[in-house]
Amino acid sequence: MSHAPSLDPDEIARFSTMARDWWDPAGPLAPLHRLNPTRLAWLRDRIADHFGRDTKSERPLAGLRILDIGCGGGLVTEPLARMGATVTGIDPASDNIVVARHHAEAEGLAIDYRAETAEALAAAGETFDVVLILEVVEHVTDVAAFVATAGSLVRPGGLLLASTINRTLKAWALAIVGAEYVLRWLPRGTHSYDKLVTPNELAAALVSADLDVTAETGVMYVPLAGRWRLTGDMDVNYMMAAKRPA
Amino acid sequence: MERSDNSMPVPESVERQDVVIAGGGHVGLTLALALRRAAPGMSVTVVDATPAGAVPDGRVYAIAAAGRRMLEQLGVWDAVAAEAQPIRDMVITDSRTRDVARPTFLTFDGATEEGEPFAHMVSNHALVGAVAAAARAGGVTMVAPDSVAGFDVGESAVSVRLASGASLAARLLVAADGVRSKLRDLAGIQTVGWDYGQSGIVVTVGHERPHGGRAEEHFLPAGPFAILPLTGSRSSLVWTEQRANAERLVKLSPSRFQEELEIRFGHHLGALTVLDRPRAFPLGLTLARSFVRPRFALAGDAAHGIHPIAGQGLNLGFRDVAALAETIVEAHRLGLDPGSLSVLERYERWRRFDTFEMGVTTDVLNRLFSNDNPALRILRDVGLGLVDRLPPLKKMFIREAAGAGGELPRLLRGEGI
Repeated sequence: MSHAPSLDPDEIARFSTMARDWWDPAGPLAPLHRLNPTRLAWLRDRIADHFGRDTKSERPLAGLRILDIGCGGGLVTEPLARMGATVTGIDPASDNIVVARHHAEAEGLAIDYRAETAEALAAAGETFDVVLILEVVEHVTDVAAFVATAGSLVRPGGLLLASTINRTLKAWALAIVGAEYVLRWLPRGTHSYDKLVTPNELAAALVSADLDVTAETGVMYVPLAGRWRLTGDMDVNYMMAAKRPA
Repeated sequence: MERSDNSMPVPESVERQDVVIAGGGHVGLTLALALRRAAPGMSVTVVDATPAGAVPDGRVYAIAAAGRRMLEQLGVWDAVAAEAQPIRDMVITDSRTRDVARPTFLTFDGATEEGEPFAHMVSNHALVGAVAAAARAGGVTMVAPDSVAGFDVGESAVSVRLASGASLAARLLVAADGVRSKLRDLAGIQTVGWDYGQSGIVVTVGHERPHGGRAEEHFLPAGPFAILPLTGSRSSLVWTEQRANAERLVKLSPSRFQEELEIRFGHHLGALTVLDRPRAFPLGLTLARSFVRPRFALAGDAAHGIHPIAGQGLNLGFRDVAALAETIVEAHRLGLDPGSLSVLERYERWRRFDTFEMGVTTDVLNRLFSNDNPALRILRDVGLGLVDRLPPLKKMFIREAAGAGGELPRLLRGEGI
């Protein structure tokens, strides 16, 4: 594992604050921590289905090469590594990559973190068994082009998994007004309405990238239960799986 | 006790454990066993204060159908059953102590399903011995006799200091250290509850005639008087009295105690022999305000000490075990940190409502039945009569008493995690 470039003490202090923010279940990213078990279970089950793995095994992803695009502090990347996968995490924000590297090192996990873009990886011709684009497409300028790039990183017979927010009034009310303004779960301005992507648009982008959509699900927050659960309703948060034909 | 044979001092350098459990009673050990059975890759250590060769304390438990299914699933039921007495019939009466004939208002025929006993009576000694042997064989590390002196919660682990001076590190520390949980206090978790001003006298008696697997619960003016069948022609009594009276009764000479006992027990099983020294335990209701903290969870009596009126203490503890084991194992299989609050909150939500409901139900039952007010007597006579006459209500009552109410964790449905 490569180490972070040398940093001055102020930078290190800033990164450790950021690391705490990323990894504190009660911190600024609490909603992602709460979403994580539900989201990870669906992703694991799709990968296990596709590659014929046992979900009750302790390392169901052993031997699989997985790319996590927009990995942030590594909230999904680390669990994937613990499930046995060989994981590469990329994020264009080098701050995130420094945080993620430090945290993985403290956890004794070997994860290949790179401050790189999906485009750079694609240009180098790398491919993976599974590519994840989680909470990413709502932040890119050209969804079709980005999905095509992500799709080109999936090896033939491999899987692409996406997670994002729908562009509906309900999503605007719950995910933007609710989460950013009322509950203060996310910093204001985290999402802008016109950048949100509908399931139809995402599916169309996947098809144009020569991928077949194999599964989709809605994810909803149940305030009384204080947890997320899967639902057929894709009006707000949703996930999609697509495979590249062998 | 047998379970200390394989105990070992803490090795010099210890890898971070996944789970350290404080308390090697039936809750702590069953949890350890359940974790290792479902996830052999997890490292689990149990710290227990019981010294080798400790004398069994004579407590007995009623294991309900759901708890039995969990022990079957964990592969220890056969060993427990060998020393267990099935309860096949249950009689509940309400009467003044000296009423000549006790009216029987409620008779459970015992089975929750065809051929399934209502519950099994087993000694603490037999239960803990069987689970400890299976836990050892299943790769659980036992540290005994030792106890947790303190702990510090860090970002990636909790460090645990032991009384012996050794230390451990773990992702999660579970306190299964009983109703007066020291770890609960160290974690700064407050409790709510109250003292009933009553004590339960526990004593084992032998009787001339066999009990036929019948349990009896008599609601006497001072509180419930339960006769629970044990193996052979023996029964365990849980006899509730006002505290001062209970203290007086257990200090009586054996012959005077026997006289007091016979007034309440009756003569339907023939001559009685007191087989051990009667002891009085103060009764109270203690509920922890929260069940979890970062890298910390309460289980069993440490989370909830309830009135023993409905025999639900052990079964609530087993529900904790099944729910916590399922929560931890599912997190582990997803590569998540089992000590993380976002994982542990699921366990808390799962268990708190149920626990509170059971605590309140047993409390209300006790208040209703530990009272000689004539109006209340009529009310409860009618109430129990109604329960007996309405099959669905009775069925629900039996199912709840058998521990099958609510959203059941998989182990309690007899399934693997």
